[in-house]
Amino acid sequence: MPLLEARGVNVAYEPNRGQRIWSVRDVDVALEQGEFVGLVGESGCGKTTLGYALTRMLRPPARLTGGSITFDGVDIASLSGEQLRRQRRNGFALVLQSGMNALNPVRSIGKQFGDVLKAHARPGDDVSAEGIRRRGAELLESVRLDGGVLSRFPHELSGGMRQRVSIALALALQPRMIVFDEPTTALDVIVQQAVIQTIKDLQAERGFTAILISHDLGVVLEATDRVMVMYAGRIVEDQPARVMAHGRHHPYTEALLNCYGDPRADVVEIGGIPGSPPDLSRPNRGCSFAPRCPVAEDVCRTTDPPLSTLAPGRVACHVRARAGQVEMEASNVG
Amino acid sequence: MSVNGSGNVPALTVSGVSKVYRVRGRDRKTVTAVNDVSFAIAAGAAVGLVGASGSGKSTLAKMITGSERPTAGDITFGEVAVGRLRAGGLRRYHHQVQMVFQDPYGALNPLHTVEYTVMRPVQNFLGLSPAQARERVAELLETVGLTPASQFAPKLPHQLSGGQRQRVLIARALGSDPELIVADEPVSMLDVSLRAGVLRLLAELRRQRGLSLLYITHDLLSARLVTDEILVLNSGRVVEHGPTKQVLQHPQHGYTIQLLDAVANPFAAASAGSPASGRGR
Repeated sequence: MPLLEARGVNVAYEPNRGQRIWSVRDVDVALEQGEFVGLVGESGCGKTTLGYALTRMLRPPARLTGGSITFDGVDIASLSGEQLRRQRRNGFALVLQSGMNALNPVRSIGKQFGDVLKAHARPGDDVSAEGIRRRGAELLESVRLDGGVLSRFPHELSGGMRQRVSIALALALQPRMIVFDEPTTALDVIVQQAVIQTIKDLQAERGFTAILISHDLGVVLEATDRVMVMYAGRIVEDQPARVMAHGRHHPYTEALLNCYGDPRADVVEIGGIPGSPPDLSRPNRGCSFAPRCPVAEDVCRTTDPPLSTLAPGRVACHVRARAGQVEMEASNVG
Repeated sequence: MSVNGSGNVPALTVSGVSKVYRVRGRDRKTVTAVNDVSFAIAAGAAVGLVGASGSGKSTLAKMITGSERPTAGDITFGEVAVGRLRAGGLRRYHHQVQMVFQDPYGALNPLHTVEYTVMRPVQNFLGLSPAQARERVAELLETVGLTPASQFAPKLPHQLSGGQRQRVLIARALGSDPELIVADEPVSMLDVSLRAGVLRLLAELRRQRGLSLLYITHDLLSARLVTDEILVLNSGRVVEHGPTKQVLQHPQHGYTIQLLDAVANPFAAASAGSPASGRGR
C-alpha cells in the first residue's frame, strides 16, 4: 500500500465572492515509503499549492474542493482539529521556501527546538532543558551544523545555515514524509548544492518519503528518483528521473529542458518558452499547453488529454500518447 | 546615445579597489569585502563578475555605481573619478551609468504604472517636454519587447509577469540613455522559461546601442551567454580573469571549478556526456 495516495485532488482559490482560480486540477499521486519525488513547474503552476494540499496546510482563500488524500491508511482530507494535529505529528512535515522567514526572529534556535518537541511530546519523551539541548544538538549535527548554533538567533546565521535549521526542525518528530518547498531557491549555487546533498543523504539514511518542490528542473533531476512536471494545475508528466533527460516527453517538459545548457560547451544556446501560462480563473478547453505547444493538433485545442501511461511513466499529451502506442504495437509485431 | 568610436577606450577602469567595513562592537574587527580588484570595461564590452554570496561582487557593483566609496583604489569612468563624486556629480554620473536589480518584484513601486516608472529617468535626465517624454517611453517599451507599448504603459506591476517586470526595469535603466548598465543577477528570480528572452534582450541592446555591460551573477550559464570576459571573485579577491569561454572551458582555480560543478545541469545529472545544445526558439 502506498504511504500517500491522493485521488482527484482539486484546489481552488476563492479570493472574492464569485471569483475562482483553479489552481490544482484532478491530481492523482501515489507515493511509496522511501520514494524521493520532485515536483517541478513554473511560478503559478500549482506545485506549492499541491504540496500544501497533500500536507493539509491550505489556508483560505485556498480550499480543497475535491478528492481524497490517504496517508498511512487514514483519509487526512476529512480530518480537522486535534485529529489532524495528531496525524501530522505522527507522519509528515513541511520545510518552507525561505528558512529566514520560517524561523522566529526573536527566539534562539534552541528555544525553537523546544517549542516543537514540547508541543508534540509523547508520554515518556524527555522535554527537560537538558533533554531538549541534547536532542537539538543531535538534530543539528544530522544537518551538518554545530551544536553551538542552539544558542544563536536566526539573524546571526547565514541563509544556508538557517535553511539547515529548518530542515533539522522538520526532522525533529521523525516524520515519515517531508515536503521541501523550494528549499534552496534563495541560496547561491554552491550553498544550494551543499544543502541539496544534505537532503539527499538524510533521505537515504532515514528512508522518509520526500517531495522536493522546485522551479529548477536541473536541481530536481540531480536530487530525486522520480519527477512530476506540473503545468497550469495539472501533472502533465511523471517519469523516473533517470529517463527524464532523454527520450520522448511531454512537449512542455521538452521546452523546459531546452532552457538549460552547459556553460562549458563549445556552442551554448538556450531556448525559452514563448507565450505565458493560461489564466486559471477561466474554465479551460483542451490542453492548457496547446497555445504554446509546437506540436499541437486540432484535438489538443478541444479535449484535455488524460494523464495516460507511457512506459515507464505517465504523460498527458495526445500526440505523445499516440506515438507511444504506435511504438508499442510495432515492438509487439517485431 | 553613446558615442562608441574605438572599442578599445575603457569606459570604466577599476584599479586596486578595496572596501573594508568596520564591524560594530567592542572588538573593532574589520571585514575586507573587496580586496585589491582591478579590471576595465571597454566601450561596448560585456564583463561578468561571478562568485557566490559574500564574494564581494555586489559591494563592487555598489562602488561602481557610486553608492559606496572605495576604502582604497580608484574607479574612473571616462574622465570622471567615481569615488570622489558628490551630489551634483553623482547625478550627472547616473545619467551615464544605470543599474538593473535582481528582484523584479521588489524594485517596482506597486502603485505606479509602467509609463510613470519608465518616465521618471526620461524626465529627470533628458529634459524632454511631456509629449516628447511620453513618446520616448513608448519607444523604450518597444525596445524591450513590451509591445504594443500603448497596452503596457497604463499597467501596474501586479498585472505583469516576472519577465515583463524585468523588461520594465531594463527600460527604466535605458531611460537616461546610459553608456554602462550594471545588472545585478537580473534573471536569477525569473522562471527558466523567461531567462533566455531577457538575456537575449541584454545582448541585443549591447549590439544595437553600443552599451557596455557589467553583469553580476553566480550563474555561469547566463554569464557565458552574455559576457565576453569574466572575473571570478572569491572572498573579495579576483581568483581568475579571462575570456569567458576560455575560463569556463579551462578553469585554473579550484573555486571556479567548484562553481562550475554546482551548476544544475539536467543533462549531466541524467547521463554522462550528451552536452546540452539547446534548439533555441
